[in-house]
Amino acid sequence: MVEKEIDWAAIASHPKFVELHQAKMRFLVGLWVFGATSYFLLLVGAISFPDLFNARIFGRLNFGYLFCLFQFVLAWAIAIVYTRKSNREFDPLTSELVEMIVKEKCQ
Amino acid sequence: MRYMFLPLLMVLIFGAPALAADAPVKAAEGVANVAAAVAAKAPSGVAAAPQLQAAAAAKPPAPAGKKMQTNRAFTISMFLLIIVATAGIVVWASKSTTTASDYYAAGGGISGMQNGWAIAGDFLSAATFLGITGLMSLFGPDGFMYSVGIIISFLTILLIIAEPCRNAGKYTLGDILAFRSSSRVVRAVAALSAVVVSIFYLLGQMVGAGKLMQLLLGIPYKVSIIGVGALIIVYVALGGMKATTWVQIIKAALLMFTGVILSAGILWKSGFSLLAFFDSVATSPGIQDHVRGVMKHPVAQPGFDYGQRFLELGLFFKNPLDQVSLGLAWILGAAGLPHVMMRFFTVPNAKEARKSVVASMFLIGLFLIMVSFLGFGAALYVTPQKISALDKGGNMAGLMIAQYIGGGAGTVTGDLLLAFVCAVAFATILAVVSGLVLASSAAIAHDLYVNVIKKGKADQGTQIRVARVASFFVGAIAIVLGIACENLNIAQLVGLALAVVASANFPVLIFALFWKRFNSAGIIAGLVVGTVVTIGILMVSPNMTYPKKVAADAQKIVLALEKKQSEAGALSAAELNTLEKARSDYSLNKDGTSLVGLDAPLFPLKNPGILSVPIGFLVTIAATLLFGNRREEEMFEELFVRQTTGYGVAKAVKH
Repeated sequence: MVEKEIDWAAIASHPKFVELHQAKMRFLVGLWVFGATSYFLLLVGAISFPDLFNARIFGRLNFGYLFCLFQFVLAWAIAIVYTRKSNREFDPLTSELVEMIVKEKCQ
Repeated sequence: MRYMFLPLLMVLIFGAPALAADAPVKAAEGVANVAAAVAAKAPSGVAAAPQLQAAAAAKPPAPAGKKMQTNRAFTISMFLLIIVATAGIVVWASKSTTTASDYYAAGGGISGMQNGWAIAGDFLSAATFLGITGLMSLFGPDGFMYSVGIIISFLTILLIIAEPCRNAGKYTLGDILAFRSSSRVVRAVAALSAVVVSIFYLLGQMVGAGKLMQLLLGIPYKVSIIGVGALIIVYVALGGMKATTWVQIIKAALLMFTGVILSAGILWKSGFSLLAFFDSVATSPGIQDHVRGVMKHPVAQPGFDYGQRFLELGLFFKNPLDQVSLGLAWILGAAGLPHVMMRFFTVPNAKEARKSVVASMFLIGLFLIMVSFLGFGAALYVTPQKISALDKGGNMAGLMIAQYIGGGAGTVTGDLLLAFVCAVAFATILAVVSGLVLASSAAIAHDLYVNVIKKGKADQGTQIRVARVASFFVGAIAIVLGIACENLNIAQLVGLALAVVASANFPVLIFALFWKRFNSAGIIAGLVVGTVVTIGILMVSPNMTYPKKVAADAQKIVLALEKKQSEAGALSAAELNTLEKARSDYSLNKDGTSLVGLDAPLFPLKNPGILSVPIGFLVTIAATLLFGNRREEEMFEELFVRQTTGYGVAKAVKH
């Protein structure tokens, strides 16, 4: 098995790996907190702030209903942003870095 | 093994309609009895628990014993079509299921897009489809707020769970938890937790399925449960993950197709103008009357726009804390459901796992938005009065609007469309329950048998055989419990499953993936305490029946009627009946206590999440810090690098 020869600790403690992982976590957690906050604002606001949520925006459509629709758009937007960022940045950087560290350690 | 099931399958395919054919009269009686029994037990009616996931079809039909007017020939042939098509898939899939990896994870050979459709299928249960349509047709956009919970729960799945799980796991949650420790106790606890959660979830679906079949086809409840259960055992035992996935994909496609047809039909009726559509909803006299009733205004308040109120939030959900509690269960709970996690092991790598989550987010989002049109459309064209006359929870709204869009009851197109939607609902039940049975049997066979009892030493043939036997037993348990819980208010079971996962499985999973010092003590304490505390809070919550409260309500009726009697001199026969019943309710319940001996709920909310989630996290952290384990800390680096990079996975998958 190949895995037995991998020095996992060396990869995990490599400064570049640590840096990349922290950047990725900041990005992920940031998106998650943003999405979750807006969701809880909807849940609480719908009952606690009826004046704002019942304000009519388009014809009969009110703020609360449009906020619900917005949550779907937001979720999709987060999905797209994350996919692009991963495909362009995180995925190639990670595999490059791991290959590099493994090579370094084997030599 | 395989041939053992064939006769059973035959009996099912040809037996169910035959039974159905002679059963209508008995079934109608059954329906009325069940309805009466449950109506007596659940006086809350409209203010039912917000966990409507399982509420679809779980609620009894209206006390009058009214039934959906269906064309039996159409409905039965559509059901048979679904059974034959899915059975075909199972036979096809069983031919290529030869290793444990084939059985649990379809050999890792499902593409991201296919898996996306299958995940969409897992989330879009009959309860989601029928329950949310019903809630919206009776209470407006509050049902839509429920849909938002589903789509938002995907943020956790996408950003935190999917890729690390694909990289670190093999078939089950137990694989990830047991990565760092070889402790067999960890495996056993993880397996038990997966089985408990899946059974809760499954029970909600099974009882819902039985009630739906009873209502649509007139098949007696017990026969429906046994039939559905047996069919699912055959599917899961023979076809494993590959068949389950393809049944799920086809059903998701059927459901999307249904959504498109019905919402297009509704928009067409209003000239494809959304604003005109909402205008007609708000100006519909039926809806205005219904909202006035919901708000308990006996006389219309001058100047109050009841139609507009129907388009506003907060007609169903009233308590912001309960909302936050439910929200927590969604955003943390859905991500850790065993049958959802298992889906990520069917794709070859993390990138495909990500793709599958994104695909399912678009599918589910589009479907839920279409469902919102169905809900409003049902309110506008069928009217809330007719919907709640057939079923108080509104669970028949989706089917009634289908019949209406097709041309109404009695027309060929109306009956055909209704039969089609019923058959899709049936396919949905089959697919969702199959996924759940597979997840529990994987926990039993892979975690308990192979890794705990056999210490990981079992050949492929044995592993599959054990998994098949396990799925047989899980299915049998589901049938028995399904029959036993016929008259139970199971609406809370799905909500309970989500709350348990959010308070027990989720903290443990997150720490296992991201916290270096996490260890076996934390896993065991987190899973056990989280589950027990959540169930415990539920036992003292308003979801239980409190006899003293029932007695107090009965006493109010008695007093009101006695007052009327003394004033008016006499009561009508119906009123006398009510009085008699209220008196007996009072004397039966006045000294009673709830299941755990309480007079009134200790915990004020219906959803335990807001208390049980923090407890789950704290207990997990405390146990971890109390019982440090150096070896497990050292193993973290391997798990951590694997889960973040996916390094070494490609080799690990090809056993």
